[in-house]
Amino acid sequence: MSDLDQLVSQATEQINQSTSIDAIEQVRIDYLGKKGLITAQMKTLGQLDPKDRAAMGQVINQAKQTIQSQIQEKKEQLQTAVLNAKLASETIDVSLPGRGSKNAGLHPVTRTLQRIEKLFADMGFAVKTGPEIEDDYHNFEALNIPESHPARAMHDTFYFDPHTVLRTHTSPVQVRTMENEKPPLRIIAPGRVYRCDSDLTHTPMFHQVEGLMVDKNVSFADLKGLLDEFLRLFFERDLKVRFRPSYFPFTEPSAETDIECVMCQGKGCRVCSHTGWLEVLGCGMVHPEVFRHSGIDANEYTGLAFGMGVERLAMLRYGINDLRLFYENDMRFLKQFA
Amino acid sequence: MRFSENWLRESVNPDLSTEELCHQLTMAGLEVDAVEPVAPEHTGVVIGEILTAEKHPDADKLQVCQVNVGELSAEPLQIVCGAPNARPGIKVACAMIKAVLPGNFKIKKSKLRGVESQGMLCSAKELGLSDDSDGIMELAENAQLGMTLVDYYQLNDNCIELGITPNRSDCLSLEGIARETAVITNSSLKQWQLPEIKQILNDQMDIDLQAPEYCPVYASRIIQGINTEAKTPLWMVEKLRRSDIRSISLMVDITNYVLLEIGQPMHAFDRDEIKGKIIIRLASSGEKITLLDNQEMILSDENLIIADEHGPLALAGIMGGLRGSVTDKTKNIVLESAYFTPELIAGKARQLGLHTDSSHRFERGVSPALQQRAIERATDLIMSFAGGDCGPCVKKESQQHMPVQMKDDFAISFKPDSVKNLLGVDIEDNVVEAMFSALEMNITKNGSNWLVKPPAFRFDIQFEVDLIEEVARLYGYDNLPVSQLYAPIHMQARPEEVIDEHDLSLCLVSRDYQEVINYSFVDPKLQQKIQPDEVLAGAERIDLNNPISEDLSQMRTSLWQGLIKSLLHNQNRQQLRIRLFETGVCFIREPSSKDKGDIKQKNKIAGICCGSVFAEQWGEDKRAVDFFDVKSDVEALLNLGAKSGQFNFVAEKHPSLHPGQSARIYLKDALSEERAIGWIGTLHPELAKQLKVKQSTYLFELSVDDILGAELPKFTPLSKYPEIRRDIAIVVDKSCVSDDLIKTITDSGSNCVIDVLLFDTYTSEAIADDKKSLAIGITLQDATKTLVDEEVDKIIDDILKVLESKHGATLRD
Repeated sequence: MSDLDQLVSQATEQINQSTSIDAIEQVRIDYLGKKGLITAQMKTLGQLDPKDRAAMGQVINQAKQTIQSQIQEKKEQLQTAVLNAKLASETIDVSLPGRGSKNAGLHPVTRTLQRIEKLFADMGFAVKTGPEIEDDYHNFEALNIPESHPARAMHDTFYFDPHTVLRTHTSPVQVRTMENEKPPLRIIAPGRVYRCDSDLTHTPMFHQVEGLMVDKNVSFADLKGLLDEFLRLFFERDLKVRFRPSYFPFTEPSAETDIECVMCQGKGCRVCSHTGWLEVLGCGMVHPEVFRHSGIDANEYTGLAFGMGVERLAMLRYGINDLRLFYENDMRFLKQFA
Repeated sequence: MRFSENWLRESVNPDLSTEELCHQLTMAGLEVDAVEPVAPEHTGVVIGEILTAEKHPDADKLQVCQVNVGELSAEPLQIVCGAPNARPGIKVACAMIKAVLPGNFKIKKSKLRGVESQGMLCSAKELGLSDDSDGIMELAENAQLGMTLVDYYQLNDNCIELGITPNRSDCLSLEGIARETAVITNSSLKQWQLPEIKQILNDQMDIDLQAPEYCPVYASRIIQGINTEAKTPLWMVEKLRRSDIRSISLMVDITNYVLLEIGQPMHAFDRDEIKGKIIIRLASSGEKITLLDNQEMILSDENLIIADEHGPLALAGIMGGLRGSVTDKTKNIVLESAYFTPELIAGKARQLGLHTDSSHRFERGVSPALQQRAIERATDLIMSFAGGDCGPCVKKESQQHMPVQMKDDFAISFKPDSVKNLLGVDIEDNVVEAMFSALEMNITKNGSNWLVKPPAFRFDIQFEVDLIEEVARLYGYDNLPVSQLYAPIHMQARPEEVIDEHDLSLCLVSRDYQEVINYSFVDPKLQQKIQPDEVLAGAERIDLNNPISEDLSQMRTSLWQGLIKSLLHNQNRQQLRIRLFETGVCFIREPSSKDKGDIKQKNKIAGICCGSVFAEQWGEDKRAVDFFDVKSDVEALLNLGAKSGQFNFVAEKHPSLHPGQSARIYLKDALSEERAIGWIGTLHPELAKQLKVKQSTYLFELSVDDILGAELPKFTPLSKYPEIRRDIAIVVDKSCVSDDLIKTITDSGSNCVIDVLLFDTYTSEAIADDKKSLAIGITLQDATKTLVDEEVDKIIDDILKVLESKHGATLRD
């Protein structure tokens, strides 16, 4: 074995034994540095016979390259190891919760209102609002509820004076819309309404969404179709819906809409008073007297109207068993809807 | 309307189970609210007669009775009974051995204080037939021994309760419900026969109908010499009971029975107490009447009364008066049966705080064709149970004041085509015609235009649509078709210069505020504390006339009242970190030329918070929320529409906020006019103490309509040249407002200032006590060139000069 070979195998051994970047650097300096052993060999070339110089130079260069590539390889290995060690030391517990503040939530009534609004918005129903303190004309008379009407008593109205009331339904918004806009109309009126009644199943303030569509040739069949679809989509269930005759002064024909009880699937339970049905909506075809008050020609147009209690729908949708929880604002209750 | 199913089936008896019948009624618009057995189930109770009743040898209050139960037992039964009214000769309800009483109470052979008892004598309460129990039941003398009580009382019956809508007053009687049932179920209806009355007297009351516009029909009859001892027959007591009406006396029971049977409210007066003629007139203002329930009413000239020459006898259509009323000594009576117009009664009874079965019917409408029939029916019943002789039935009528549908020429124009238009279904003309005939409507056909005259009892039928509803009802709402809406599709306008109100709520939700909803009416005392007069700027609070309770009697002027209430609710439930917001309308009355002023209804958004800034966590140090945390939430809301610089927080005092930690918020509108749009601050510590709020609490409120405006973004080209930032530290008076300094720098005249940032504030002994140091970063950039050092120095120098001259600011050493 030549000296040079020995030098290379000696370098190889040292490289293999190096355990740090510094050590490998030292090997590089020892062999390939200015005063290194291979460099020293290179320097001996000048003393050789010129005809041997090229061959010898090649041999030394070969050795140099061998060492160089071994050093490079080892260096990369060591660098990778260092990096891996560093990364390992930086590992965090990703299961710890995120820092800072979280989101809170909307009130379940708002959440339900928005759900209803969105479903009707897809059908082209625009949202309309109006005053909560109303005059008795818009709350009653324009809706075909004259002063002597027994329905007035049923509304349990809050009064400020004989002609100023807290609206008992959002129907006045429909009247105001019909006064100001021309058919065709497709609107819903969500909002707070007030009745002078407070017990287990009534709060003096609650929320309604009422809807109105006025156009040529709107029929009761359309009303049935619209509400049928709405109820199935709202509850995301293929539930049975039934319509039965009822009475509202502002619609004729009028109907109550029942759904198959969502608690017992119509088998009968406490929530549906063992009837299997739940009353969720009132609806009907706009009464010609209402059109007359609002200046719409009842010979040209027909209209469908409906109204629903938002709390009731929210209770059924989320299984809330006590109406009064909505207005206690207990955070333990509200958080469940965030 | 509550009634016995058997009673209904006496007139119309379709081959349907109770359940099927109820379903059909409900689906035809007579909603069945409840169906209940007329009494709780029992077995083994029979009619017996007490033969002997002897004192129990070992118990003072017990008697040992021998009870004959007819063929059920050869020997009398020995029964020990504690009721004081147990005595020989009476017919009783006897529960035999093995009987099961309501509540699954089983009767067994037993010994009571050593004496064998072979059953039990029952009270009405024990059988669920009455709420009170006055000893054991005493049955009629002719009750048949051994008959079961179920048969005797016909207890195999149900009470059906209908929710009658206000338009269907014709169904507030058995007759009406039977009529409707016959049509719906296509069954035959037993026709009511007018009884034959033997009239032998000529006595009649003089009727002076002074107010025919309110009382177009008044009928009366005198009956003399009735037996004051006569009792109401069991079947009538039971029918009344099954309609929730207590038996009072034969006369009252009969008028109530006729009311239930045919729907005509009636009244009976004591003939001998009426002075002179009967006058139907409006009361004079201030006139008094003592009603049957002993309360005295002061009347107004809007109240119609039945009077004699001495004064009021009855409040027409609502309640009778004490004077002239029938007592258990009355031998001679006057029956009254009238038609009072709904307009007269509606609202009046309620105004007087009265609601009676009579007013309930009159305000919804009683048929104007019923009065005489009611008199005949009542007379027949009275004379068959209490004897007596009657005079003629006298009816005063004012044709001119009869409701319009009673006029001969009244008819509703009806086009069969309208049915298809409104209901979306083709129903053949002859089917429609048959429906109308079944409903007792009279049809005159004139080509495709029909004239339809509804019967007198259906005065809810006034328009063509009412007729169409009848068609729909009989066709069955469930059988009507369902169709898909067809309408042209339009996009809805989405104006970009208005932000969606809903985004305000979402902004706060994403900043960890939980939405709450409070009532719009609040406690006036709390409101006075939180929003005292001085913040209302001359406006008034609005009170409800008829609040639910004192603490819900005034409309809120601010959302803070509700938010504080919600905060307290949660604070009292061990919640320490509370962050709530609410949106809703607030109400004030502003003075105006109108005497009552203008009601203003403003939509607001408000928040409240206390406790630590973040929910407790590993990742952030615990720190209580402060003014500037909340300010950043408010800025986030404002930034949805407005740009910073357009709004201003100005230190102003609010009575419920900490005087050194409150600001009024101003916003510049499109015309650069500044408008106050809300408040932010720390709840005043004194108020917090009074309200029992335990932690430092921060509040804000903004007017929603004022912050919904947004500017349409407008592009400005980006500068290619580098930005340069210079930081300066200046010393100013402590009272100096940082906003003003920033504004001075921004407005200093150089177009190159593109951003000003206050990044530190500092006070220490090193600077004077009344001074503070502020560190401000100023970013400069020119649109057309790179700024060189000299130019930057010049701009900063100029800024410092202005700061010094305007605010006395000096560069910090």
